[in-house]
Amino acid sequence: MTDRWSRIALRLWVALVLLFLFIPMAIIFLFAFNSSKIEAWPIEGLTLTWIKVTINDAEVVSALRLSVEVALTTTALALMLGSCAAFAIRRTTFFGRDAVNFLFVLPLALPGIITGVALHSFFGYGGILLSIWTIIVGHTTFCIVVVYNNVLARLRRTQGSLLEAAMDLGASGFQTFRDITLPLISTSIIAGAMLAFALSFDEIIVTTFTAGAQNTLPIWIFAQIRNGQRLPEVNVVVSFVILVTIIPVLIAARLTGGSGTSRVPAAR
Amino acid sequence: MKFGALAAVAMLAITACGSSTSNTGSTQQPPPTANMKPPTSIGAGEGALNLIDWGGYVQSLWQKPFEQQTGCKITYKDAGSSDEMVSLMAGGGGGQWDMVSASGDADLRLIYIGDVKPMNMELIPDWQNFQPNFKNPPFNTINGIHYGVSLQWGPNTLLYNTKKFVNPPTSWGVIYDPQYSGLITIPDNPIQIADAALYLSKTKPSLKITDPYELTQSQFDAAIALLKKQRPLVRTFWAAVGDEETAFKSGDVVVGAAWPIMTTDLKAAGAPVNDTIPSEGATGWADTWLLATKAPHPNCAYLWAKWVSTPTVQAQQALSYGETPVNMKACAVMEASSAGSCAAFHADAPGAYFDTIKFWKTPIAMCPDGSQKCIPYAQWQSAWTTIKG
Amino acid sequence: MTVEAVGRPRPKRGGAVASRSIFWRIPWLRTAILLAPPLTWFVAIYLTSLALLLVTAFWTIDPFTTRVVQSWSLDNFQQIVNEPTYLRIIGRTVLMAALVTMTDALIAFPFAYYMARVASRRVQTALFAAVLLPLWASYLARLYAWILILNHSGVLNWSLQSIGLPAANVAYSDVAVWIVFSYIWLPFMIIPAYAALERIPDSLLEAAADLGARRWRTVRDVVLPLALPGVVAGSIFTFSLTLGDYITPVLIGGGTSFIGNVVYSSIGIANNVPFAAALAMVPIAIMALYLIGAKRLGAFEAL
Repeated sequence: MTDRWSRIALRLWVALVLLFLFIPMAIIFLFAFNSSKIEAWPIEGLTLTWIKVTINDAEVVSALRLSVEVALTTTALALMLGSCAAFAIRRTTFFGRDAVNFLFVLPLALPGIITGVALHSFFGYGGILLSIWTIIVGHTTFCIVVVYNNVLARLRRTQGSLLEAAMDLGASGFQTFRDITLPLISTSIIAGAMLAFALSFDEIIVTTFTAGAQNTLPIWIFAQIRNGQRLPEVNVVVSFVILVTIIPVLIAARLTGGSGTSRVPAAR
Repeated sequence: MKFGALAAVAMLAITACGSSTSNTGSTQQPPPTANMKPPTSIGAGEGALNLIDWGGYVQSLWQKPFEQQTGCKITYKDAGSSDEMVSLMAGGGGGQWDMVSASGDADLRLIYIGDVKPMNMELIPDWQNFQPNFKNPPFNTINGIHYGVSLQWGPNTLLYNTKKFVNPPTSWGVIYDPQYSGLITIPDNPIQIADAALYLSKTKPSLKITDPYELTQSQFDAAIALLKKQRPLVRTFWAAVGDEETAFKSGDVVVGAAWPIMTTDLKAAGAPVNDTIPSEGATGWADTWLLATKAPHPNCAYLWAKWVSTPTVQAQQALSYGETPVNMKACAVMEASSAGSCAAFHADAPGAYFDTIKFWKTPIAMCPDGSQKCIPYAQWQSAWTTIKG
Repeated sequence: MTVEAVGRPRPKRGGAVASRSIFWRIPWLRTAILLAPPLTWFVAIYLTSLALLLVTAFWTIDPFTTRVVQSWSLDNFQQIVNEPTYLRIIGRTVLMAALVTMTDALIAFPFAYYMARVASRRVQTALFAAVLLPLWASYLARLYAWILILNHSGVLNWSLQSIGLPAANVAYSDVAVWIVFSYIWLPFMIIPAYAALERIPDSLLEAAADLGARRWRTVRDVVLPLALPGVVAGSIFTFSLTLGDYITPVLIGGGTSFIGNVVYSSIGIANNVPFAAALAMVPIAIMALYLIGAKRLGAFEAL
C-alpha cells in the first residue's frame, strides 16, 4: 500500500529531520578548524592548529580520561544490577511487582536536577566526600534504569516456549540460561550498555552536584563555555568523540534496530 | 581617607550583626576558626591545588610557571558570583577546595561561617610591599588575625559597543533607557540592586541614598521598581564571563554592566568595544585569596598565595584582567610591559580612585545611622527572583 | 505449565547441583536473590536521598550563615504559593515542557513511521544510527552550536539576509529555548516511537487493507493507537528533561526563569537547600501524575 505522494512526502520529512539533527553537529566540526579564536559566522578560514593544541592540553586529556573511567565503571555496575532486576521482574509475579517497576523508572522520569540535589544533600548529611565514586553512584542510579528497560523489553518478547522446550530436552536451569536466554537477550544487553555509556559520558546536570574538584569532560566543556577562552578545543574534542563513536553506534544500530516486523506474531 | 570610614562601618556592622540577626550571635563572638594557629613555615607541596576563582584569575601565563616550580597541579573552578563562592566553600571547602578568591561581600560571610581559617602573613614575603590599605583590610582581617591575602581590586564597568556609541556614554542611564530595548545585558546577581541604588542616589537625591548596600524599605523598593522597569529592556542576564562576551561578540547586545576582563578579552578578539565608568560612579570589588578550613593541600595553597603576590604576577594579572594590583612594586613591572598601564589601572593613585568605588559588601539590617531598618541580603536574593520573573 | 515445575537435577556432582537446582526451582528465592542488589541500591541510595530531600523541604536556613536549621515549618511552601512569580515560573515551565513534547511528537512520528514501516533494512539501520549519534555529541557543544546558529550574526540571520529577508532576533528568548529543547530531546522521542511502530505486525495492517481501509484510515485507526504507548513513553523523557533543565535557559534564554533555574540558583548560589528542596517537590509531583497517566496509556511496556 504505497501511495506515491505520501512516499515522497515521508522521504522529504526524513531528509528535513536529518538536516535538523545534523546541522549543529556540522557546525561543531566546522568550528574545530576555525582559524580565528572567536566563534563568529561566517567562518574566516580553516586551520589544523587546534587539534595540536587540544592534544597537548593536559586538562582536556585528563577530563576525557576521567569521563571514560566513570562511564566504564558505571556501565559495568548498571549492567549487573539492571539485568538482575530485569530477570527478577520478568519471570515471576509477586506482590509489589508493579511498585518495583514504577520505582525503577523514577531516576529517568524525574528531572536530573532533583536526583542531583537529592544525592548532594545525601552525601552531605552522610559526611561522604565528593569524589569520582560519588559521580559513579549518581550515574549508575539512572543507568541501571536504561539497562533494565532494554533487557526487560527483550525478555518480554522472548517466547517462553523456547525455554520450556529446552527444559523438556533435559537442560538444567543454568544451561538453559547460558545457551538459550543469554544469546537471545545479548543484543539488548549491548544496546543497554551502549546507551548507559552514552548517558554517563555526556551527563552534566547530576554530575555538577555529585562531583568535587573533579572534571569530567562535560564539566570541563561547561567551564570553557562560561569562560569563553578555549572554545575551539571544545569543538575538537567533541568532534573527536563523534568520530570515535560512529563505528560502535553503527554496530549497535545493526544489532538492535529492527528485528523485522514480520517475525513478530500477531497474537502475543 | 574614606577607607577609614569604610573600616569603621565594617566594624560597626560586624558588632551589630550579632544583635540584628536572631539566630546567630555569630558575629559578636570571634570567628569560629580564630583559634586555629596557622603554620610557621611552608612544608613540601602536596602535588595538587584546588582553587575557586573569578574567571580569568588563573591564566596559563602565571599558572604554568607555578606548576613547574612547585609541582602543585592546579584544578580550578570559575564562579560567577560571590554567592556561588560562598556556596561552593560550604563545609570548609568540603574537603575539596583549598582557596577561594572571594570579594569583600563574601569574605565576612565565609569567615563568620567558619569556612576559612587564619593565615600567617609572615609566610608571604610580598605582603610587606602591599599598599597599607590592603595589608589589614577589615574584610579579611579581624582583630589582627588575617584570614586571607589581599589580591587585586577594581570596578564594575559600563561596557559598550563603539559602533553603536560613537561617543562614550556618560551615565548609567543608558542601561535603563528604552531606546536600547533588547540590546542591554546585566549580571544575574542580586547585588546588582546596589548598582540601581547607586544610580538612584545621584538621579533621585530625594531618596537620600548614601550607601547603596544599606537601603531602607523605601529606598529598596525604589531600586526594585527601577529594575522591574528595566526588565523588558534586558536582552539576557549574564552569569559568567563567557556569557556576556558571546552576546557582545555576536552583536545581540550593545551595552551592559561588565567586568574589566570582558573589555580586554573582547578587544583581543577584535570586537569593537570599550568600557567606562559613568558619572554616577561605580560599584566594585576587592578580592582576597582565602584559605579553606578543610583545605587538603595547605602547603600548595601558601605557595600559590606567595606566587600571586609577587610584583610580576600581580602585574600580569592586572594587565590581563584590567584590575588594580595591591603590591606597590607591581607598577614598575606594568609600565615595563605596557607603558601608561599603571596610570590607566590606577595602580599609582589608589586614594582618589578608591573613593569613587562603592565596594561590594554583604547588605545587613543595620543602616548607616545605626538603626536596624535596612534590608538584609536574604531579601535581596528573593527580590531578585521576582525581578527576573 | 511453568518452567519451574519441570526442573530436573542431573545426578552429577551432588551438593553443587542440589544448590544450583534449588536456585532454579524455587522461584521466590531466585527473584529475591536477583532483586536484592538493585533494590538495595535503590532504597539505600536513591529513595533515601529523595526522602531526605522531602524532609529538608520542611526546614529553613539561617540567613547569614546559610546553615540548615532543623526547625519544622511550612515557610518554604508558603513562599512558593504566595509569591506569584514562582507560580508564573512553574506555569511557564510546564507550558514549555508540553510544547516541546508536542513538537517532538509531531516531528518524530513521521520519521519513526518511515524508519519502521517503509525503509529497507539497511536504511533502517543507517537511520537508527543517525538518530543515536547526536546523543554522543556533547549536549553542551550542540547547545553552543545553536547559539552560533541563532544569534545576531549567526547562521540563521546570515542565511535569511543573503536571500533578502529581514534578520530574525531569535537568540536569548523563549523561542530559542523551545527550539533548542526540541532539538536536543528529539532522539529520546524517536527511539521509543520507532520501537513501538516496528512492533506492529504486518498482518494487522494487511487485515485492515483486506477489510477495505485506505491508507490514511489504517494509520488513524490501527497504527496510531498501537504506536501511542511508544510516543507516550518518549514524552516522559521530553517532558521531564525539559521540566528540570537549567542549562539551556541560562545559555540561550532571555533571563526568564524556569523551575530548573530557580532550584539550581537556590542551591548552587543562595545555598538555600531547604527552599530548593521545597521547589523540587513541584516537578516531582507533576511527574508522578504524568507517570500515572502514562502507565494507563501503556507507556511502561514501551519504554
